[in-house]
Amino acid sequence: MATILANEANWAATLAPWVIFSPLIGLLLNLLFGLRWGERVTGFVASLASVASFALAVALGIAIRGQHEALIVPLADWISVGSFDVQWALRVDSLSVMMMLVVAGVGAIIHVYATGYMHSDVRHNGDPGRYRRFFVYFNLFILAMLVLVSADNYLMLFVGWEGVGLCSYLLIGFWFEGGAGGIANAKAAKKAFVVNRIGDFGLLLAIFIMFWSFGTLQFDAVFAQAGQVFPGIILAITLFMLLGVSGKSAQLPLYVWLPDAMAGPTPVSALIHAATMVTAGVYLIARSSALFLAAPAAQAAVMWVGALTALLAATIAVGQFDIKKVLAYSTISQLGFMVAAVGMGAFSAGMFHLTTHAFFKALLFLAAGSVILGMERGHEDAGDHELATAGGGHEDAHAFDPQDMRNMGGLQRRMPWTMGVYLVGALALSGIAPLAGFFSKDEILGAAREVSLPVFIILVISAFLTAFYMGRQIFMVFFGKPRSAAADHSSESKPIIVAPLVILAILSVLGGVLNLPGVYWLEHWLEPVLAGNLAVEFELPVALLSLAVALTGLLLAWGVYGKRSLGSPENPDPLAKPMGGLFTAAQHKWWVDELYQAVFVHPFERISLWLAGTFDQGGIDGVANGLGALTRTLSNWWSKFQNGFVRSYALAVVFGMVAILAFLVLR
Amino acid sequence: MTTALYIILAVVIVGSALGTIMSRNAVYAALYLALNFMSVALLYLFLGAPFIALVQVTVYAGSIMVLFIFVIMLLGAERLAASENLRGQRFLAIALGVVLLAILGTVFISRAELTGIVTPPTAVDFGSPRQIGTALYTQYWLPVMITSMLLLVATVGAILLTRGEGTSIRDNLKRVDEKEQADQEE
Amino acid sequence: MPLAYYIGLSAVMFILGIMGVLLRRNALVVFMSLELIFNSANLLFITFASYYQLLAGQIMVFFVMTVAAAEVAVGLALMVEIFRTKNTINIDQMSQMKG
Repeated sequence: MATILANEANWAATLAPWVIFSPLIGLLLNLLFGLRWGERVTGFVASLASVASFALAVALGIAIRGQHEALIVPLADWISVGSFDVQWALRVDSLSVMMMLVVAGVGAIIHVYATGYMHSDVRHNGDPGRYRRFFVYFNLFILAMLVLVSADNYLMLFVGWEGVGLCSYLLIGFWFEGGAGGIANAKAAKKAFVVNRIGDFGLLLAIFIMFWSFGTLQFDAVFAQAGQVFPGIILAITLFMLLGVSGKSAQLPLYVWLPDAMAGPTPVSALIHAATMVTAGVYLIARSSALFLAAPAAQAAVMWVGALTALLAATIAVGQFDIKKVLAYSTISQLGFMVAAVGMGAFSAGMFHLTTHAFFKALLFLAAGSVILGMERGHEDAGDHELATAGGGHEDAHAFDPQDMRNMGGLQRRMPWTMGVYLVGALALSGIAPLAGFFSKDEILGAAREVSLPVFIILVISAFLTAFYMGRQIFMVFFGKPRSAAADHSSESKPIIVAPLVILAILSVLGGVLNLPGVYWLEHWLEPVLAGNLAVEFELPVALLSLAVALTGLLLAWGVYGKRSLGSPENPDPLAKPMGGLFTAAQHKWWVDELYQAVFVHPFERISLWLAGTFDQGGIDGVANGLGALTRTLSNWWSKFQNGFVRSYALAVVFGMVAILAFLVLR
Repeated sequence: MTTALYIILAVVIVGSALGTIMSRNAVYAALYLALNFMSVALLYLFLGAPFIALVQVTVYAGSIMVLFIFVIMLLGAERLAASENLRGQRFLAIALGVVLLAILGTVFISRAELTGIVTPPTAVDFGSPRQIGTALYTQYWLPVMITSMLLLVATVGAILLTRGEGTSIRDNLKRVDEKEQADQEE
Repeated sequence: MPLAYYIGLSAVMFILGIMGVLLRRNALVVFMSLELIFNSANLLFITFASYYQLLAGQIMVFFVMTVAAAEVAVGLALMVEIFRTKNTINIDQMSQMKG
């Protein structure tokens, strides 16, 4: 794969930096003037920045179509030491442009949604001043994500990688004083940050090894040398990279942060923790396809990690009651699909699923946000009703959980638009033809059938579970009778919130066109970048099996949750009895958090405490305090000599004089 | 100069020095000091420094001692309550003195270059007022100037320090101004 | 007369002066002791001026005397001022020079 440098007057090269700079400009404008402008302008500027980014990315895509070379746009020299040279250069090729389109496109839609959502959210949480802060962070995230995908070397990629991690931390903890005990949100943010740090450590090690063995971090230069070094080195690089991927893309064993990350506002969950940031790992593997293809063992590891994550997260999703938690585990599961796909070498299938998933998972999260807003409105209305009739009774105002699906039910009459788009998203996710999810998931399953039968079976089971828990969610949320006063009083959201949902719903329906069997437009688009891609032909048996599995899942969900809906929030889940311990385990997320707590966190805290007490306070503080005490004692003792009596001073002078004289004479 | 004369003078000098530092009464101390100055001046005379000897008598034994006695009488501070309140001061001071004496003694004994003989100068006018005056106003004119400035400053300083309350220059000037104004009004 | 005689005399006078500074509490007597120390130095100057037949020693003594006169004038003025504020010239009463 050759590259061209943007030295000739190429309009794509002039455009490329502005894809990145437009969110930067947006965030700077909001940072400087946001407080003066008020919500309307702030939201408009932030959204416009994202839309501009998207439009420029589209232009870039048009500019490079048909080109087989990557366009390199150098922006600045960063590190130049001897023969080691790191540039900040933008790499414009089909893969990066595709990621830019997804990031900026979905980002723009979610920005628009957020202008409406955050308007309510900041009032609900009682701090309207944070409206600007939210959009500054949001633009910062788009900026960091674009830096990540447009990087031309691993170091710049790492900059973006850390940048999105930071934004994730800031936005999960956006209501840092909120959550259980006023600290749960802050803890969730911290958890995300710390767990991601473990992954980043892996990626950093991979970069170090790369530097050590190749002497360069530039993509093309690294890939060119991939076949020439000892295979163990490539294996080490790719496995450490996998650790980074499992941190950022929430794979086993580091997925635990993502469900907690739902503490952030819903647009954050949609943009960062569903559509874009968490797919960075998938992008990284696709980008490093040359390295992974040179290390089959690492590929297998990636595949198995993805497949097992897909299954485990899907089982947990079945047992969750929080509407966003279900979606979070669903995201982990779908990320598992993508990682498994890129592990199998089906890079284009993985990227295809990444794109469609960005559409329908963003849609689902945003729709869930709309549901939550509707429930909050309903709760307030119901509270007013009670106030009017019973003259009081706001006691459960804080106990009420607007995200608990057991409190919902029957929302299809109250929120028809939301229900419609939610249904589209759920069907797309479940893999019902001809929606987007069907084609992308089918491609992954097809690849799995060719590569490994066990993985194929695992993924099919996961797909079945996916359909089942989505059906469960649909029936619990929208059908049956309202199970709380809030659900009964809920209302449809404003157009500014519904409009982005409709756009995303259309994308979720039509997303499959991108890589329609027989046309394989996306595959051909990505072909120049992804050499050695495992191209999967459309196979009817696999497609039918996939469809049948999805339909079975949905039907079963209807049988369990739809036919006879949950009567009241206190009733146990209908699955709890027949499944017994399995459901309890799923509900408790297989006790993975508890396990990590007991195996890693607790011993670590004990060691930290021990070190803090014995070593830090005892040793280091002891030395410091001891020195202080010694100084004080000595100075107390010496200060007796400074008694203020001139004759004592004179005595000291004479003593010194005699001493010097004695030295001179007797020496 | 004979050894006998030297011994007499030395005894007087040491005795008067001891008297100075041991007298309870500050007036006696001042008188002993005057005696000490006088006898040292005699020694100067024998060492061929007549002019310095006379200056010693006039400046030291004369004006400075007068100043001392004047202040003692002014303050009425001849005696102080006899109590040593610095523990170990007396012992340490005497011990240091003895050690210093011992060190200097060893130097006398051990250093050969100190065995030279001092003879009165052969030149008749060595140390005469004429010679010293010539040296001061030719070779040493700059130090003389500086010293004269020093004396002037010291004089002004002494006056300033002792003038007391309410007699500042500004007060005096104001008083003069007021008087002038009053005169003009008349 | 051996040189050592004069030097010895000067040394004794010097040590006595130091003893006076260290042992006496009357600030005026301390002052006088300082004069003793000056005197012992002057004696050395004169002795060596005579020994080397050099006038410079005598000139130096002249300057020392002038400076000593200035010092006594200022010093005694200070003493008067101190006595005004402290009502004593016991230097042990002047022990503010500590932290």
